[in-house]
Formats: sequence, C-alpha cells, structure tokens
Amino acid sequence: MVDNLLLLFNAPILSVQLLVDGILIGAIFALAAYGMALVWGVMDIINIAQGEFVMLGGYVTFFLAAAGVHPLYTVPVAAAALYLLGWVLYRTVVFRVVDKDMFISILATFGISIVLQQLANELFEADVRTAESGLGTLFFADGVIVVSQIKLVAFFCALVLGGALFLFLKRSRLGLAIRATAQNARAARIMGVNTDRVFATTFALNAAICGAAGSLVVMTWLVHPYLGLAYTLRAFMIVTVAGLGNMASVVFASLGLGAAENFAGFLLGTEYQAAFVFSLLVAILVWRNARLSRQRKYLK
Amino acid sequence: MVKRRAWAVLGAVALVLAVGGPASPKVEGDTIILGAAVSLTGKYSINGKNTQDGYELGVKRINEMGGVRVGEKYYRIKVIYYDDESTPARGAQLAERLINQDGVKFMLGPYSSGLTKAIAPVTEKYRIPMVEGNGADRALFTQGYKYMFAVLSTSDQYLREAMSLAAEQAQKQGRDPKTLKVAMAFENDPFSMDVRDGVLEDVQRLGMKIVIDDKLPPELNDMAATLTKVRAVKPDILVVSGHARGATLAVRQVSDMKVDVPMLAVTHCDSAKVAETLGKAAEYALCASQWDRSLSYKDKWFGTADEYAKRFEKEFRYDPPYQAAESTAALLVFVDAFERAGSFDTEKVRDAIAATDLMTFYGPVKFDKTGKNIAKPMVLYQIQDGKYKVVAPTKWASTKLIHPIPLWSKR
Repeated sequence: MVDNLLLLFNAPILSVQLLVDGILIGAIFALAAYGMALVWGVMDIINIAQGEFVMLGGYVTFFLAAAGVHPLYTVPVAAAALYLLGWVLYRTVVFRVVDKDMFISILATFGISIVLQQLANELFEADVRTAESGLGTLFFADGVIVVSQIKLVAFFCALVLGGALFLFLKRSRLGLAIRATAQNARAARIMGVNTDRVFATTFALNAAICGAAGSLVVMTWLVHPYLGLAYTLRAFMIVTVAGLGNMASVVFASLGLGAAENFAGFLLGTEYQAAFVFSLLVAILVWRNARLSRQRKYLK
Repeated sequence: MVKRRAWAVLGAVALVLAVGGPASPKVEGDTIILGAAVSLTGKYSINGKNTQDGYELGVKRINEMGGVRVGEKYYRIKVIYYDDESTPARGAQLAERLINQDGVKFMLGPYSSGLTKAIAPVTEKYRIPMVEGNGADRALFTQGYKYMFAVLSTSDQYLREAMSLAAEQAQKQGRDPKTLKVAMAFENDPFSMDVRDGVLEDVQRLGMKIVIDDKLPPELNDMAATLTKVRAVKPDILVVSGHARGATLAVRQVSDMKVDVPMLAVTHCDSAKVAETLGKAAEYALCASQWDRSLSYKDKWFGTADEYAKRFEKEFRYDPPYQAAESTAALLVFVDAFERAGSFDTEKVRDAIAATDLMTFYGPVKFDKTGKNIAKPMVLYQIQDGKYKVVAPTKWASTKLIHPIPLWSKR
C-alpha cells in the first residue's frame, strides 16, 4: 500500500488517470442508480432485480452484435426490449406488491432477480461475453493518460439519458403524473391520475434505463449471468447516500463512487475495492445520523 | 394379528428404502453406476458443463465399444449427476446423497478445486474411490487422502512454464533473468492462489523481482486500477489468473488501455475463448493449458488427441477445452482399473487405480503416493493470428514464441 502511495506521489499524473477512469465508470453506475431512485421514490419499491436488468441489456447488445449489428446502435434496442420486459413484469408480478409492505416488495423483486439470473444461465449459458465496439483509445499528456473511447461514449450516453429523463419528468404530462404520484399516490388518484399506469410506466422506464446501461457495460467490459449483484448493490448504495428526491445528487454520488472505487483499487489492491466502498457507505451513514441527531437536539 | 405383522414388515421395508439401505445396487443388471456432482449453475457452470460433457463422451464411447470387461462379463457404464450450484457445501451434501441414497460406489470428480476439497473428505470417509480431473489445488494432495486420484497437473504448475520461458528469452537477449520485473494479478480463490505459489517459487528460484502483487476479488468486473499500476511500473511480464472472467478482462483491458508489456501470461483463456471473441486484442497472449489436440498422445479408446477432439465436436458442437479432456481421462482411469481389478470391490479397484500406468489421448497417467498424476506436463499456448499455437515446453512446441510482444503503437 505504501508502495502504491509513493508511486502516486512520484507520478501525480496517475491520479488524473484514476480520476478520469473512475468518473467514466461512475457514469454507468449512475444509470442504474437513476432507475432505482425513480422506482423507489414513486412506487416505494427497492428493486433488487436492478442488476439483472443491466445484465439482460448487455445480452441484447451481445446477441445483436453477434448477428452483425454495430453494438453502438443496439443501445436503444436494449432499452426498448427491457422497457417491454419491465412492463410485463409489472403487469404480472410487481403490481401485486406495490402498496404492500416494503419487505414483501423486496422479496418479490429478489425472486425476480433469481429467476432472471437462472433463466439467463439456462438460455445464454454462463460463458463470459463481450461485444467489440471497434472504437479506439485516446491518448493525453504524451500517452501517459489513456481513455478508451467506448468509456467516453458510455459517459455521454449516461449524461444524455439522464438529461432526457430529467426533462421527461419535468415537462411531459406523464412526467407530471409520475411526480404527483411520488408525492402522494392517493391524492394523485383522487385527482384523476391513473396511478396504475404511472407505476407500470415507471417500472418499465427503469428497466429501459438499466438495459441501456447494460448495453454500455458489455461494450466496455463483459457480461455474464451473474453480473447483476454488483450493479444492484452499487445502485442501492448510491441512492442511499444521495437520497431519492434529487437526480443531480444521484449523478454526483455515482461519479464520486466510481472515482473512490478506482483509487481504492489502486492503493489497497483490487481485492479491497468493494470492502472500501461499503466501509465508506457505513461511514457516511454514521456521519449523517450524527448530524441529524444534532439537529434533532435543536428542535427539542 | 397377521395383518398387524404384515404392516410391521411393510414399515420396516419402507424404512430401509427411505434410508437407502446398507447395500443398494452399485451394479444394476449389467450396468455399473458411477456418480458425480458437477456445477451446472452458478459461477463454474461453463466449466461444469465441460466436465459433464467430458464424462458423457467417455461413457458413450466405452458403451459403444461394448462396455467394461470385468471378469467374464461386459458391463455398460452410467453416471448419475447432480448440480452442485458451484457451492462447496452443496457438493459435500450431494456426495453424501450419491453414496448413501443412490448407492454409488465409485465417484468422478466435480469441477474446481474448491468443490473437490469439499467432496474428498466425504468419499474418504466412506472409502469410495474418486478419480477427478478438475481439482488441481496442491492442498488436495497433502491431506493423506487414499481414495482420491487426479489425472491433471497440479495448479502450481500452470504458469511456471511462463516464468521459465521469460528467463529463457532474457538470456537469449543477453539479459540477466534477475533483472526481470514481474507483475501478478491473481483471483483470491484456492486455485489461483496455488498458481501464484508456483509462480512465486519460480520467481525466487530465478531471482526475479515482484513489482505488483494484486489479488482480484471474486466479483471482479473491472481491472482498470491494477492495469494503471502496470502501465506505471512497466514490468517485463504480467501474469493473471482468475478463471474465464479474469482472462477476458485482462486481455480486453490491456488492449483498451494500451498497456505495453513484453509478456502476458494468463490461465483459462481457452475456456473464455479470448482468441475467438476478442480478436486482435488477444494476439500474443500466453495461455496455460493442461492439454491440446495437436499433441501426439494416443490410446485404444479414442485414438489420438485430435481424433478425440473430432469425436467431441461431433457430439457437443464445440471444440473440447482441456477441462473436458481431463474429465474423459478420469473416466478412462476407472475403466482401466475395473478391467485390471476384475471386480467391483472398492478396495481392489482402489489398489488398481493406485497402480495405474496408462497412456491416454490426454497424456500419460501415473499416480504418486498422494494421488496426483506425475507423468503429464503442462502446455503453454501463444495466440498468433487468432489461433492457439503451442510454444512451450520448447520440446514439443510446434510454433516459435513471439517475444517481446510488439508495442501497441507499432501494431
């Protein structure tokens, strides 16, 4: 660890590389986290199957790419396919647990995640798959810093998708209905909002965002049936830290997490990367609780 | 009264059936039944499938040729499989079930060292001979097991050949091997840690210097942090072991991040199909392998290694990885031992296995006292023009090693 720290001091430019890589990785987490925050906020459901949606999006791209389609064009297809899946899952399973206790919905989505995982394993086999985007690598600072273009593309896709989602929620009629439902589902229903439709759309929209993320994941790294958990956990962590209300803070938390993870991997070794991230989560929660309890004292 | 006794008898029978009975059939009619727990789901399911396919091809071939001759009679072979879900605890349970409920008296190994470690104590407890082809962990052979035999080279051998090769190349270029810098990234699981031990021993023996020693987590999805380090310290050789996922990530990200390293050696790149899926990115990578179809080994069941491979392809529609070949070889060891023992008595069969001196399409098999195969060496490929070419040990190498790997800027 000391060696690694020294290395970083001797070649400070490395930290720029780590930061850039981390932020680009974080953008993909941001997509899964947006979706989770949306479903959590609107439907009061913590979707454990989040990572499986990412994984399935990856497979859509992989199979289309194998059939000769350029993988970059498959991002919207993956999103559309997952939108459909999300909608079907809502109509068959999720609508039954929407108003129920949160533990029931966790159990239900956990069940969905296992079914999707095993189905993927059965249908696609456990082989590790990738799709080649054919994009190159950019060099900066005399070739010391490298950025693979696909990561940049993924980053901008994440930004565009996030922006589009933001505008959709702010400007469109359905977005308005979604926000109203998030505030108070019962009141919205009384005002004539078809909350069932809102829920279905929200859940499907979330699946679509994850599908797009998965499509980017398979072009950047790889996909296999057991990929999901990493994304579910990170999305959960980001949403816990950032809160439900604010999309911007979800984005910042994601990018921050990506960067922190990459630095931790460099300094402590990749094996402690995940451990570091979750220690960070605990630390943030403890700190936040301490701050809140101080405020509570003032209120008394 | 009579009725009551009849009920009691019936109850006793039911009880015996329920617990499996002391002497359930290990031979049904003219079929000898073997058992195996294999990973059909979970993280080892690719290789678990390879293992099962390997066994099944062996079974099919032996039955086609008339079966196993034991004494005067010919027996067909059948294998009962259960899915161990890639978890050791489940594997141990299933071994108990195979032995106690299904009455299996001969076991074929599961996939991976972790599963074999969980199952070996069970087969040992019941004195059931097990021949395995997919547990290469060194620790398996230090427990004093008497009923477990392994046909493959132990895991510490996997990347040793690469270290010797690096030293050889350094000398050719007039460089002292002691000046070589080694970067290592190994998954934190028993198999990869063994590979690491082997590499470490060679590093010390050859006096090389370790500059990076990263352990990869089992949920590994990104190697950017490790590779940033590799770019900074510029080692002469990068060795990576982390099953199919580690191989794919290493090869892909070394190319994406344009990491220049003169030698890159990984395990499992054949099961990960890196040459096929990653194309140009995979060029020049070295891959450790237990076996290759281009080798000139030969036996009476399958003929040459290449003939075995053709038969396998016809049956399962993919090129057999070594995991499948060594599984078939494990079955052949049983067949050979049954025939020499002339009986299905577990002790006699066990002794016959221990005395094995067999040539197979997979290579020579001869066990030492601890049960590991000491007759067969490891093979090293280099990916050249999208093909796996055997480059080491130099003795059988059909192709010349390209070293150092050309810089990314020159490709």
